[in-house]
Amino acid sequence: MSARDDVLNRIKSALRDSPAAPEIPRNYRLVSTMTAAQRLEQLVDRLVDYKANVFVVPAAEAPAKLAELLDGAASIVVPHGLPAEYLQLLKNDAGSPAVQVDSPERRLTVDELDAVDAVVTGAAVAVAETGTIMLDGSPSQGRRVISLVPDRHVCLLRAADIVEVLPEAIARLDPASPQTWISGPSATSDIELERVEGVHGPRTLDVLILS
Amino acid sequence: MSNTFLGMPTLPVFGHGNLNATEKFPKAAHRELGDAQLRANLGHATHTIRDKRLKVVAELPDWEDMRDAGSAIKNATMARLPALLEQFEANFTARGGIIHWARDAQEANEIVTGLIRATGETEVVKVKSMATQEIGLNEYLEEQGIAAFETDLAELIVQLDHDKPSHILVPAIHKNRRQIREIFLREMADVDPALTDEPARLAEAARKHLRKKFLTAKVAVSGANFGLADTGTLTVVESEGNGRMCLTLPETLITVMGIEKLLPSFADLEVFMQLLPRSSTGERMNPYTSLWTGVTPGDGPQNVHLVLLDNGRSAALADEMGRTALNCIRCSACMNVCPVYERTGGHAYGSTYPGPIGAILSPLLTGIKSEENSSLPYASSLCGACYDACPVKINIPEILVHLRGEDVDSKRAKIKVPSQMDLMMKGAQWAFSDGAHLNLLEKGLPLGKLAAGRDKVIKKLPGIAAGWTQSRDIPAPPTQSFRQWWDKEHVAPAAVERSQDGSRNTEGEQA
Ligand code: SF4
Repeated sequence: MSARDDVLNRIKSALRDSPAAPEIPRNYRLVSTMTAAQRLEQLVDRLVDYKANVFVVPAAEAPAKLAELLDGAASIVVPHGLPAEYLQLLKNDAGSPAVQVDSPERRLTVDELDAVDAVVTGAAVAVAETGTIMLDGSPSQGRRVISLVPDRHVCLLRAADIVEVLPEAIARLDPASPQTWISGPSATSDIELERVEGVHGPRTLDVLILS
Repeated sequence: MSNTFLGMPTLPVFGHGNLNATEKFPKAAHRELGDAQLRANLGHATHTIRDKRLKVVAELPDWEDMRDAGSAIKNATMARLPALLEQFEANFTARGGIIHWARDAQEANEIVTGLIRATGETEVVKVKSMATQEIGLNEYLEEQGIAAFETDLAELIVQLDHDKPSHILVPAIHKNRRQIREIFLREMADVDPALTDEPARLAEAARKHLRKKFLTAKVAVSGANFGLADTGTLTVVESEGNGRMCLTLPETLITVMGIEKLLPSFADLEVFMQLLPRSSTGERMNPYTSLWTGVTPGDGPQNVHLVLLDNGRSAALADEMGRTALNCIRCSACMNVCPVYERTGGHAYGSTYPGPIGAILSPLLTGIKSEENSSLPYASSLCGACYDACPVKINIPEILVHLRGEDVDSKRAKIKVPSQMDLMMKGAQWAFSDGAHLNLLEKGLPLGKLAAGRDKVIKKLPGIAAGWTQSRDIPAPPTQSFRQWWDKEHVAPAAVERSQDGSRNTEGEQA
């Protein structure tokens, strides 16, 4: 018998008492009760608690803020679906850093990514209660590797994409797409439980929330 | 799909690998208790996480509702496990993943080795995983000439020190910063000799040490926290980004996952991704969670394998009282609140799974008759703290008692001559059956006092009772028993009169 049939057979025989599958009581919170302003405030609070740098700016001022944030970066990578206005600004501004676009036609190598200073991506949705930003590989967020190898991740988030509780975010995500959920920058607590930010992932996480 | 058998019903087939203790718990615990540094490190760590956990759990008004949902989802998963596994397999395969089934540790090790060989590589990077720890994959690969590099900071520390993990979440919990610095200086070829013991500097040293490995690795091996049946998705929960590195950069990804790690639907993550981080690290959410569903063209590994592992899980499932132990999501909350774990540390449990969950899971996976694991269900005070902390409400104390019963039954069947314990129990029965018997015994109390000597503690009891004094002293018994004292103070009324008269007569002081 194949291992597959053997294992399945063992499990079936283990369940010969035919245990009933219980009803699932879903009495936990499935939807928000907070206002948009409260959600924004809570998300900022949680992200700052994780040692992320958070900036809330009106959408119109975002490109300028972004330019200011990236002033010290000599090279930047962006996914091909990053909203044109940001890309435009990064590209055309005199003296602005070199921008490389990662796209299905031109995928940057790991070494190229390792040489850049920062990555700018969008985000699919964010959860205020847990301080979590979710990337789902769509064109404005790009491949998983681009938000991993560069040491600094600048994430652009629309305030409208902030939900309060995790179930609301899960409902918005497509399971087929590879996802990365980010709650603050890379961290470890393995040495005497003392939290240290910055191990293998980007050591700096900047979140630019467009209100 | 129905639950009909494909062939003859099979007897429980138990697991192997790093599940069996190499020595009995009392013996191992005795040794570990002698290590004061270990106890200090552990006490600090478990109390820190415990307090953090309570704080973040208290933030949620619906924590208990979430536990109820989590517990029911897991019970429903186990009840429908064959169907869910087949559903998972179909979905994972449809998206370009390849599934392998392994009956036990040996078979899983062989499958993983074969997959690595097929790539032509002799090195792999690893994400911290309990399943590969359980099957002893690293040791097996080493024998086969394949080097496996642990990339989680704590696992790296343990691996460099040729030690074993002692906690499922913080494997190097038993080491402090000074010890870690020494290990790095001794074992890392490229380390800066000026390295201090600041955690930030130590983490940086690990980053430098592993960076090139990550960027050049062709094969990674991981475990999985959850497999989602309705979508064929796998999940890894982590903090450092080493997981993301391993799951994203290599060409080939091999995941080893126990068959019990399934959840019926993608949406069930909304419960478990709230329960797990808060229970384990006491954070609202862990820094990174990765989800992948088979292969995504152009993004991440293009050869994606999953080894589904039985290794005794079906046997545990066959135990109707004990099967809920499979609901465990390995958060480690139970060990952080356990008074026994706090003092002995994880190594005393021998198995990959320490603490309260290990005390039930290990013997369930190997069978209670497994000589060394049969002592594990006794490694508990039955205080119930683990049950209160468990996010999926596994009634650990109840299962401990059930397994103790199983152990006693299995031994009774084996032992012909009455054991010391049997004789002691017989003696106790005789003593407590009649006041006169007890009286007779209590006459021996002053002897106990004598045995204790001047420091008033008994350091060593004879025979089977020696277990009590192995790691604790017993205070000397009083010179008289309560019953003797009562008799002296409360003499019967008639006797009182007589004695009062007598005292008057002899001393006349009341006159
Ligand atoms: S038994 Fe419960 S508390 Fe212990 S590790 Fe498993 S899920 Fe966590």
